[in-house]
Amino acid sequence: MEKFSSHTGVAVPLKRSNVDTDQIIPAVYLKRVTRSGFEDGLFSAWRSDPEFVLNQPQYEGASVLVAGPDFGTGSSREHAVWALQNYGFKAVISARFADIFRGNSGKAGLVAAQVDEKVVQRIWDYLDEHPGATVTVDLESRTVSAGEGPDAIVDSFDIDDYTRWRLLEGLDDVGITLGHADVISSFESTRPSWKPVTQH
Amino acid sequence: MGKTLAEKVWDEHVVRSAEGEPDLLYIDLHLIHEVTSPQAFDGLRLAGRQVRRPDLTLATEDHNVPTIDWDKPIADPVSKTQVDTLRKNAAEFGVRLHPLGDIEQGIVHVVGPQLGLTQPGMTIVCGDSHTSTHGAFGAIAFGIGTSEVEHVLATQTLMQAKPKTMAVTVNGSLPAGVTAKDLVLTLITHTGTGGGQGYIVEYRGQAIEELSMEGRMTVCNMSIEWGAKAGMIAPDQTTFDYIEGKPEAPKGADWDAAVAHWKTLVTDPDATFDEEIVLDASTMTPFVTWGTNPGQGAPLGGVVPTPSDFEEESDRIAAEKALEYMGLEAGTPLRDVKVDTVFVGSCTNGRIEDLRLAAEIIKGHKVADGTRLLVVPGSVRVRIQAMEEGLDKIFTDAGAEWRGAGCSMCLGMNPDQLAPQERSASTSNRNFEGRQGKGGRTHLVSIPVAAATAVRGTLSSPADLEV
Ligand code: SF4
Repeated sequence: MEKFSSHTGVAVPLKRSNVDTDQIIPAVYLKRVTRSGFEDGLFSAWRSDPEFVLNQPQYEGASVLVAGPDFGTGSSREHAVWALQNYGFKAVISARFADIFRGNSGKAGLVAAQVDEKVVQRIWDYLDEHPGATVTVDLESRTVSAGEGPDAIVDSFDIDDYTRWRLLEGLDDVGITLGHADVISSFESTRPSWKPVTQH
Repeated sequence: MGKTLAEKVWDEHVVRSAEGEPDLLYIDLHLIHEVTSPQAFDGLRLAGRQVRRPDLTLATEDHNVPTIDWDKPIADPVSKTQVDTLRKNAAEFGVRLHPLGDIEQGIVHVVGPQLGLTQPGMTIVCGDSHTSTHGAFGAIAFGIGTSEVEHVLATQTLMQAKPKTMAVTVNGSLPAGVTAKDLVLTLITHTGTGGGQGYIVEYRGQAIEELSMEGRMTVCNMSIEWGAKAGMIAPDQTTFDYIEGKPEAPKGADWDAAVAHWKTLVTDPDATFDEEIVLDASTMTPFVTWGTNPGQGAPLGGVVPTPSDFEEESDRIAAEKALEYMGLEAGTPLRDVKVDTVFVGSCTNGRIEDLRLAAEIIKGHKVADGTRLLVVPGSVRVRIQAMEEGLDKIFTDAGAEWRGAGCSMCLGMNPDQLAPQERSASTSNRNFEGRQGKGGRTHLVSIPVAAATAVRGTLSSPADLEV
């Protein structure tokens, strides 16, 4: 997993609450056998509407999603996080995330930045005035920021310490466990000879 | 203080434990199939990682393989892609695979034990919830998600918080004609589908000790249907006899060392469980489900329940919804329920002993008009053995369809599905809405009930054939 310290990118206002995993990626897209390529299914029902925000040219290459509360409710499918990442998103800002979605995000390396509802509104207002503007998500300082000068938005976001540490270090669960490879090896060396193997 | 069986096996596999973190548990055997593994292998590839222990990993094709024309290319493109992907991944990462057409191919939970790879005291995982089956040998075995599949492939370990332990003690003996399936269905109706949540369950007591390995696997298989993390049974002479001589069983001095260790895998007399349930086997009867979860069951001799009789409001609502979906009237004797399809198979009841028992009951009878009987062996080995014993002939003479090995109608990912409103008596483990095909209605039953139902066309037990 890539290390994440701070990211600045074009931000998209997704002015909806309760965006569930079926809306993020419908079940028909789950038959794929890879962890990549899910971007075509992302918000697929909405994207068929030319007016949908992601279809606007100013948001091309967007990498920060600023969504309404209760983002990612519904099923446990990890595909929802993969779809956002495959599309190019590095962070999602919302006032509330569904537990499983937040957990899956942490595992996969997508920053789920939980902020006060007022902050989401202020960023939305800012993006309305400056479509295509960037927003910064800084994991070191746990802040989101946008704009310059006296009207600049800078506010803190919530993310649990363990997930923050793993993201900063670029460690997925597998990476963390592989950090204990020597302990695993020494455990393996004590394995009795009569335990079965599948290849001889 | 003494330890439970589960604690002994768990503690033997802790690679690392630290305050405030889950244990890092070593995995002895990782089983793989085509549906839940593709993204895990893809994750390895993206990160440039290898499979740490291909020699502790085994793959087979089961969930969506066809049970007819298996020598021809798979017709369904999605199934074909998943199967092709597994083959490609197994070749690339050096994993042993038993593909369609191979003599060791079959349902992953039938293949492990029959190869002798499933042994007491092991930790066994698979991206499939019915991995609990392997607990019948005194192993800790449970299902995992795709991220965890990747974690095990890369590290041969899993991060796991230690579950609580529960004892289910089944005293007395099962009456003649009452099987392990009836026992576990009775238990689930008793506890509800969430009763085992968070526990590793140890099944014990006289009735459990008297079960064959096949019967023990049936019980452990359905642990997940009442929410348990895993189910297990202490290994004994029945277990050792079953394993001895299997292809991957220990041999010679290794066998002696293994058995000596396996004999220590019992709950100490002074150990305590977090929870305990006691049942009496001698009062049990053939048991079937009438609803849409495995906890909605009743004795075959009873009637479809009346929703208003349930004490809890949530149970009442669930029963009303279930009866509507199932197309059943409250108060109807279960023996009057007419069945369109009987499915004999799955990792719950698709082993040789199951087929023998079914054949014994069917022999000399015909499948009822308007009913079809599908017999799907759990593995190619089971299929061959059944044919050597002439069981296939008994089934086909009675008018049954004799199929190739796989999961088949247990989950209807391949073409073996129920039509909308078609009713089945199924020896599998899940009666969820649409599980065996969109709109299909499933009654979970034991092997004897399945066989007798096929002959009479209504839910029946072998005793009904004698009148
Ligand atoms: S037979 Fe059914 S329960 Fe068993 S592994 Fe296959 S699909 Fe799952």
